[in-house]
Amino acid sequence: MATATRRMRKIINEPDQVVKESLAGLAASVPDILRYDVANQILVRADAPVKGKVALISGGGSGHEPLHGGFVGKGMLDAACPGEVFTSPVPDQMLAATKAVDGGAGVIHIVKNYTGDVLNFKMAADEAADDGIKVEAIVIDDDVAVQDSLYTAGRRGVGATVIAEKMGGAAAERGDSLEAVVSVIRQVNSRGRSFGIALSSCIPPASGNPIFDLPEGEMEVGIGIHGEPGRRRAPLGSAAEIADIMVEAVTSDLAAKSGANVLAFVNGMGGTPLIELYLLYGEVEKRLRALGLNPVRNLVGSYITSLEMAGASLTVVELDDNLTALWDAPVHTAALRWGG
Amino acid sequence: MDAQTVTAWMNEIAASVRAERDYLVQLDAAIGDGDHGINLNRGFDAVVLALSTEPDGTPGKLLILSGKTLVSTVGGASGPLWGSALRKAGRALGDGPTFDLAQLVDAMAAALASIQDLGAAVPGDKTMVDALEPAVAAMREGLARGASSGETLRSAAEAAEAGMRATIPMQARKGRASYLGERSIGHQDPGATSTALIMRALERTVAGTP
Repeated sequence: MATATRRMRKIINEPDQVVKESLAGLAASVPDILRYDVANQILVRADAPVKGKVALISGGGSGHEPLHGGFVGKGMLDAACPGEVFTSPVPDQMLAATKAVDGGAGVIHIVKNYTGDVLNFKMAADEAADDGIKVEAIVIDDDVAVQDSLYTAGRRGVGATVIAEKMGGAAAERGDSLEAVVSVIRQVNSRGRSFGIALSSCIPPASGNPIFDLPEGEMEVGIGIHGEPGRRRAPLGSAAEIADIMVEAVTSDLAAKSGANVLAFVNGMGGTPLIELYLLYGEVEKRLRALGLNPVRNLVGSYITSLEMAGASLTVVELDDNLTALWDAPVHTAALRWGG
Repeated sequence: MDAQTVTAWMNEIAASVRAERDYLVQLDAAIGDGDHGINLNRGFDAVVLALSTEPDGTPGKLLILSGKTLVSTVGGASGPLWGSALRKAGRALGDGPTFDLAQLVDAMAAALASIQDLGAAVPGDKTMVDALEPAVAAMREGLARGASSGETLRSAAEAAEAGMRATIPMQARKGRASYLGERSIGHQDPGATSTALIMRALERTVAGTP
């Protein structure tokens, strides 16, 4: 490869080894939480399979760290299946993960709505069924930037995935049945909405080039998480103007009743620092309150990213007492840790 | 045509995808996420390797092995789509040591049906179907009028390329490009482009078969 002469501004060795070496490094950093099965390219909770517990698996392309590997551990996922950068994993990985974590109470696949992810997870679920393992697949599709779902592949799965993995994982840890955990995850998806903007593109290691050019002073509005352009390009606004766009898009689609309790998740795309994310959260929080919504829980930070893309997304999930308790329940993963 | 034809076809595809890798990446970067060439290159290289360790299979078996290898190595949408397509094509060929043009047409029709079944795309959605559907139609037409295999596959490759070019003005309705809405107009679909490469590789392979 031409990497000797073309050095990207990335801390990597060979571009085609980035995913594997990153997984090995993550596993080395949290050996008490998870292990890396090199042959199957999956991350598995250290104490898997947990007998009698519903098991949760997710996966997708790499480049969204800490999603999903950073969410493997007690109170969240039992396994993660990382594909190449921005490329869905192959069915062999999901099948191996399913077998590795099956504790006899059922296995749930949390799938973000992208054609590739849906197809590969479906093939894995069919094969698992052939092996006598019951798999429930739940597709997350919370991105309101995708309209006209009749004429597209449907809404993308973005920020609500993180919340679904946390709350579903807590329900499974609490001992909920397969049906009950499925119902929690479906509720998060049906009562969660997201919207993102980008201030820069990102550079996948394998190609070494930005996916698109975004001149200074402009932003992409309505992006997904694969460094792809959004629905439209607009002049770069202030934080207040960006908050206006995000809050309006998310809340008008969610249509929660005034007085509703919500979780507000301000997520960085990978290249935007926390100082800006906190500032944006402040703007979002004011607007939610002005709309009569109570942001009683929140998450601020870069949890579902597009490599080094600058930008942010907002996810709002309407809460009830059960979901709030599941959010507060202990979690012990590389990226989220509290309680217990 | 026999097992050697299948192996030669896969080798042709691998060489062609390798040569056009960066072009496919460029097309995909415009309306997707820029990895189509890289993923297919990895997959067909793996197919070539897998076939090199299976010298004795029937044509059908080799196509099924090729499809399984794609499913296990490509990821994305193109892995399951082309993987299932080649598996279905292999099953359609059956267990015989050789196959004729009529069987090849049935196999490619089975491949198309599998892709449409999994991906739920129809012509006009700006996907690989826009190249494969006219190619299969051209194969059927060539068979019906008694054209030679070489001539039939040449018209199939030309139909695939015409279908590929016809995706430029389309607005994507399936796959990742659909998220761009009207911004997908004016770009050639990478999946239709690799499909045209695959059909052209088939034409070259059969043209070289006695």
